[in-house]
Amino acid sequence: MTKKLPKDQIEKNFSPIDPLMTKAEAKVESNRCLFCYDAPCTRACPTHIDVPSFIRKIATDNLKGAARVIFDANPIGSTCARVCPVEALCEGACVEKTLVEKPIEIGRLQRYATEHVTTSGKHIFEAGEPNGMSVAIVGSGPAGLSCATYLARLGYKVTIYEKKPLAGGLDTYGMAEYKMTQKDSLAEVALVESLGVEIVVNTAVAAEETGDRRPETGIGTWSASDGHRGSQESEIRNQDGDAAQSSVLGPQSSSAPHHSSLITHHSEDAQYSALSTQHFVSFEDLCERADAVFLGIGLGDTNDLNIPGEDLEGVIDALSFIERVKTRDWESAPLADTVAVIGAGNTAIDAVTQAKRLGAKKVMMVYRRGREHISAYDYEYDLAKKDGIEFVWHASPVGIEGNGRVEALRCRRNDGSDEEYTIPCGMVIKAIGQQKQGAFFGSIGLETDEKGRVKIDINRMTSRENVFAGGDCVNGGKEAVDASQAGKLAAMAIHEKLTGETVSFAGAGGLLRISRREEREDTD
Amino acid sequence: MADLTTNFAGIPSPNPFWLASAPPTNMGSMVERAFDAGWGGAVWKTLGEPIRNVSSRLAAIDHGAQRMIGLNNIELITDRPLDVNLKEIYDCKKKYPKNALVVSLMVESNREAWHEIVKQAEGAGADGLELNFGCPHGMSERGMGAAMGQVPEYTCMVTEWVKEVATVPVIVKLTPNVTDINYPAEAAVKGGADALSLINTINSVMGVDLDSMVPHPNVNGKAAHGGYCGPAVKPIALNMVSELARNEKVNIPISGIGGISTWQDAAEFLLLGAGNVQVCTAVMHYGYRIVEDLIDGLNNYLDEKGIASVSEIVGRSVPRVTDWGNLDLNYEVVARIDHSKCVQCNLCHIACEDGAHQCIDLVKQDDGRVFPVVDEEECVGCNLCYLVCPAPDCISMVRIDDGKEPVSWRELNG
Repeated sequence: MTKKLPKDQIEKNFSPIDPLMTKAEAKVESNRCLFCYDAPCTRACPTHIDVPSFIRKIATDNLKGAARVIFDANPIGSTCARVCPVEALCEGACVEKTLVEKPIEIGRLQRYATEHVTTSGKHIFEAGEPNGMSVAIVGSGPAGLSCATYLARLGYKVTIYEKKPLAGGLDTYGMAEYKMTQKDSLAEVALVESLGVEIVVNTAVAAEETGDRRPETGIGTWSASDGHRGSQESEIRNQDGDAAQSSVLGPQSSSAPHHSSLITHHSEDAQYSALSTQHFVSFEDLCERADAVFLGIGLGDTNDLNIPGEDLEGVIDALSFIERVKTRDWESAPLADTVAVIGAGNTAIDAVTQAKRLGAKKVMMVYRRGREHISAYDYEYDLAKKDGIEFVWHASPVGIEGNGRVEALRCRRNDGSDEEYTIPCGMVIKAIGQQKQGAFFGSIGLETDEKGRVKIDINRMTSRENVFAGGDCVNGGKEAVDASQAGKLAAMAIHEKLTGETVSFAGAGGLLRISRREEREDTD
Repeated sequence: MADLTTNFAGIPSPNPFWLASAPPTNMGSMVERAFDAGWGGAVWKTLGEPIRNVSSRLAAIDHGAQRMIGLNNIELITDRPLDVNLKEIYDCKKKYPKNALVVSLMVESNREAWHEIVKQAEGAGADGLELNFGCPHGMSERGMGAAMGQVPEYTCMVTEWVKEVATVPVIVKLTPNVTDINYPAEAAVKGGADALSLINTINSVMGVDLDSMVPHPNVNGKAAHGGYCGPAVKPIALNMVSELARNEKVNIPISGIGGISTWQDAAEFLLLGAGNVQVCTAVMHYGYRIVEDLIDGLNNYLDEKGIASVSEIVGRSVPRVTDWGNLDLNYEVVARIDHSKCVQCNLCHIACEDGAHQCIDLVKQDDGRVFPVVDEEECVGCNLCYLVCPAPDCISMVRIDDGKEPVSWRELNG
């Protein structure tokens, strides 16, 4: 058993990497903003939050107004304030960066403003006058929450189906704990719920009705949330069967006119529980009952290495590892003295830093190519360096060795020598990207592209009438902020399709139709 | 090392930096610490019949994160017994013979009262007297301070009373709370003043507490207007100083007061005709220690300009101040934007668009980037873009010389 760091040290290691600004800091920093016109930061933000506007409101101590500007353009503005790669987006474009190499701390200011609302219970938006129409949303990650918010503001009855016990998708299950906690994510989910959006958790959407409503076939091939991880899913399913809980939840019926029989997740008292019962609802049902469906289901399981030894104990995928860390049950989080993380993206960084912060003595990032090719942002790489992570470049894993448990990772040197060598380690974390959801989309009859991403037309609709999609499942995997924007634009598209009326929300500009720019940027 | 010594209306001082009559010159121990810090002179907090003050007394205006760009005060003249002040003045002057020690005075409109206080101040060793005709709050309600400075006849009369007995130079401190500063200034000159000092503080209400809805500063639920000072009042003071410097009837030295915080501020006052300067708010904000950079900065400026003595810059910019009607209507400048230095904040564009003459467009360049571009045909040369631009040397105002002879409005209209 690997000895972890003392609890208070771990708590310290996982405390927010960027602490909440004090009032004094916010005052100085907000007053540093030049209040640019047609500001580069706003242009750089995928949701086009009017950054100078909210910063000016912070400067005038109008925090509710500042939060409104943020959430108006981005319903997950609190999440984005913590996890956005601001160096590559708003802060990277900041004029103060050009002038004095010190951009305004937009991310931290945004958190300062949004926290004022998420922690005070202040109301910013109201649900629209009910228009008699309903939309079913699959997945409660960034795309789903965003789409739900705008539709609720327009007066739609919105129900989100979430297969996990908690809502929020990757916001809740996939963000490095030192950037954002589950509590932070759920506070934001509560804002969405305050608009009357119903979030039905522990409920997956399956291709079609099956007798026992637990189709073994549907499960492994797709997920109902941005944050799905296969292994976790199995645990939940296998432990299903608590009779008392089942009776409370009531029988599942495809003919049920409303979703009231399903458990509704209330974020404020939610507890992570692996014992939650998994329910299923058929996609055809949703299409029948709702006027439109939005799919924000994210990506699937972590890709396999397809090398011998992958099933050894001690091999885990990065997202499952992060999800375990996020329970803050430090004792039971998997760990070894020596940890090898395979991959060099931002998720790999999240894995190495968190393994180290739990107490692993030696943590390595193993990558098949060199430093210059890594996909992690520079500041993420710097963070790993600061945490004392070792980097093993030009190493392709060819096998995992061990007797029941991981003992070493065998790699081939990619320097032309093809020399093989072993790296002793007690744990291997796979962080080589997630699978696309092609199989699921195929099972519900939606067209996908050659990479398994669901295809949407210029009006953001899939190949099936009134079924829309957005976020990672469409773009192949980008930032939460991109998914949020996709959810917003989909809500506008849905409204136009159902009513013939064109609406626009903050930061949407004339972007309703898919732009060439969006297509061009789609490099996955 | 330039010569910073001054001789203001016959009062010698090691440098042109005096503390104005205000809280920082309230008592002997304070003035002595100020002299130790390097202040050339000090004008003692106004002597008179001791008064009772209120609590609270001060309020400030901030700008963004910058604290106290303006301050207002409802504190009155000294609340200490006259004999205590006189004794401390005597001791201080004895201890600091080379520093200028001027005593500010304010008594009721009574010839004997003025004669008495003048004699007492001189007896304590004052190098000069400053007549407080400017205090705009409290004392003015009792017929003193600004109540004297706002009526030229009173200004003249009381100055005459003082001059009847004074043997040291008499400086008359003017209030800016008048429509034309020339009238009280000329009255003081007529009354025999040896010098003028200005500006005293400006009538002001600093703001309102948005929770209690009581204006600042709150005195048990009520507020009264106070005297406004600090960096924000500097331009008003500069105007009044330069007006008097241009007034041929005002041929006596001027001590410049109003928002001076830096050596640059001081140099500007000197250039516009002030023979020395008095400082208060900056000291109330940061302490006596600021005098070190006032001296150092002014000295370096003079050295770099090759000017041997501070007295050489006094009034040097006065000939550059004129009436609008004398300005050259044919002089033309336009804005030029150096795109290599532009940070694309677009403030020049929006300022020109909404606040000026709509001649800066955002234009997509060949490389796809969008930059502000000046339409020089439309540009009136107003300076606004240049003023809002945060990037050093990015916007310059360039002269367009079409060879036309200068012509002013006055010349055109006879």
